[in-house]
Amino acid sequence: MVPRFAFLLAGLFALSPSAALAASDAVDKADAMLTGATPLFAWLVVVPIVLPLLGAGVLLALRSKPQIQAGATLFILALTTLGAIGLNAAVAINGPIMMAMGNWLPPFGIVVTIDQLGALLVLVTSLVGLIGLGYARFDTDEDSVQFGFYSFYLLLITGVNGSFSTGDIFNLYVWFEVFLIASFGLLIMGGRRIQMDGAVKYGVLNLIATTIFLIAVAALYGVTGTLNMADIRTVLASADVAPPMAIGALFVLGFVMKAAAFPLHFWLPASYHTPRIVVAALFAGLLTKVGVYALLRIVVMLFGTAGSVFLPLIGVLGVLTAVLGALGALAQTDLRRMAAFLVVSGIGVALIGIGLGSEAGYAGAIVYMVHSIFAMTALFLVIGLCERLTGSLSLAMPGGIYTVNGLAAALFLIFGFAAAGLPPFSGFWPKLMLIQASLATGGTMAIAGAVGVILSGFLTTIVIGRAWALTFLKPAEGPERPAGDAAGLSAPLVLLAAIIIGLGIVPMLVIAPAEEGARGLIDPSSYIETVLGQEG
Amino acid sequence: METIFCVLVGIFFAAGIYLMLSPRFVRILLGISIFGNAVNLLIFTTGRLTEAAPPVLGSAAAWRAANPLPQALILTAIVIAFSFFAFLLVLAYRAYESLDTDDVDEMRLAEPKPVRPPLGY
Repeated sequence: MVPRFAFLLAGLFALSPSAALAASDAVDKADAMLTGATPLFAWLVVVPIVLPLLGAGVLLALRSKPQIQAGATLFILALTTLGAIGLNAAVAINGPIMMAMGNWLPPFGIVVTIDQLGALLVLVTSLVGLIGLGYARFDTDEDSVQFGFYSFYLLLITGVNGSFSTGDIFNLYVWFEVFLIASFGLLIMGGRRIQMDGAVKYGVLNLIATTIFLIAVAALYGVTGTLNMADIRTVLASADVAPPMAIGALFVLGFVMKAAAFPLHFWLPASYHTPRIVVAALFAGLLTKVGVYALLRIVVMLFGTAGSVFLPLIGVLGVLTAVLGALGALAQTDLRRMAAFLVVSGIGVALIGIGLGSEAGYAGAIVYMVHSIFAMTALFLVIGLCERLTGSLSLAMPGGIYTVNGLAAALFLIFGFAAAGLPPFSGFWPKLMLIQASLATGGTMAIAGAVGVILSGFLTTIVIGRAWALTFLKPAEGPERPAGDAAGLSAPLVLLAAIIIGLGIVPMLVIAPAEEGARGLIDPSSYIETVLGQEG
Repeated sequence: METIFCVLVGIFFAAGIYLMLSPRFVRILLGISIFGNAVNLLIFTTGRLTEAAPPVLGSAAAWRAANPLPQALILTAIVIAFSFFAFLLVLAYRAYESLDTDDVDEMRLAEPKPVRPPLGY
């Protein structure tokens, strides 16, 4: 046994790049490759991507052992979250961190670059994945576990984390596709008729959106001749290269479609309520936010002043989305579809922040995104919990859940009010920031933005109040239904509620990094320095 | 050469979008496939077409080598587009089986007719 191992090791060393490098002739790679070792803390950048990716592969290999899948996933995501916490600390100390893949220096190779904005979102994503897992353990059956539910789950987290941390625009497209295919798998798992219907709409429209994004990437490459984000920014910032309007318009179109903003939101309420509830919750929390993040990163940071043409358009779309999404929620009787419309409305509020075009506006949008990831996930999960208690959830059939499970009713109210932006929950502060930013901006957009934020919050309050009164408070008709066991399911929800109330009471936890992230978007000099300054 | 490719990309986009406007799912899929190929050609064209040797590492740096980057990008895009097309094709078949229609306008299971909620408490 031992000699064989030794042989294997010797073989590996013979194949390793360092050995090959020593043997090769004198090709000077110092211009194109990183010759020194990667600093240890830079490895933190890839931890939130590599760990879930590896985990997904391992779990796929172990799919015949469903009993260990949930525990292993929990372990992996806990490590990922720890890595993300470390990453945030490292970014707070060092500023943006870059890791060059395969040691190829930018702009030649693909780089993973994280600034404060990316680090914050990676942490939130990992945390939501971890908490959602607590619910998923009780929400999955053995069949879907054997079909690789947890692998898809981890791949989804991989893709979203990857999108938040890549520094290469084509790589961003690839990460979009990674979480898209993982979401397809999760969406159809179970194979009910309604899921097929939802998957058709979700699949086609999201694929078209990412393809439009790819068209824009191709055109941008044609103009700038580079794919590295920092490099694109420096090229576009120089006066002689003006990107054609069409490229920016394509980016906006693709991301607005992905983020499900009016008038391109119809696919979301058609599909988000069809899969199992923990999947719907993750989608609602994470996927649309990637579209908003990409808008921030590309239209705001990469395009710089050239992108400001599109900001009023985004702002107007945001106002329309925020108000019409909430109105759409008001028209629903199915609670899941209602929550899907609330997701749309929340996207509108975040877009208003981008549309304001000021640092305060971006900071508000980022804080709102963080809040929305928690609140929307929680809202879907609590609806799932109540569905479990009563069978089905519709405003037309009063459920009387308050008498069955008071905790679930209270949680629904907390998450709903958080989504509406009432204090002392997490939604209050970003909305306050956005309104302040609107009023500080001045002009038509200021009034429209403030009105949009307030009106959507007002309508959401009505939506939540109405749903609560009809489904939770109104006594159930007919015989008393037996209460299902919900103790295990409630635990992750209580945790989410604690986070949401905590963010409402100590908002600086998010506001401080968000402001730092917004500063980085407007003036990405330290980002560019990190990525391109390594050549010397 | 670029002009020909630009016109070709335009035709591909037009055909793809035309097919995607159809309510039939299979036609939409064909449209998406053509759309994806249009994008591949677009990437190829934006990389500047040169009639030169393919790039191979070596000492002959004076070559006019073809731009390798778009080819790597297209390769990635093709792999992704192909896997998605395969997935959607299977999805189309399953959807047709379980919903008895391939007309997306008739697929209304996930968007049911609204029910009137109780107006009073």
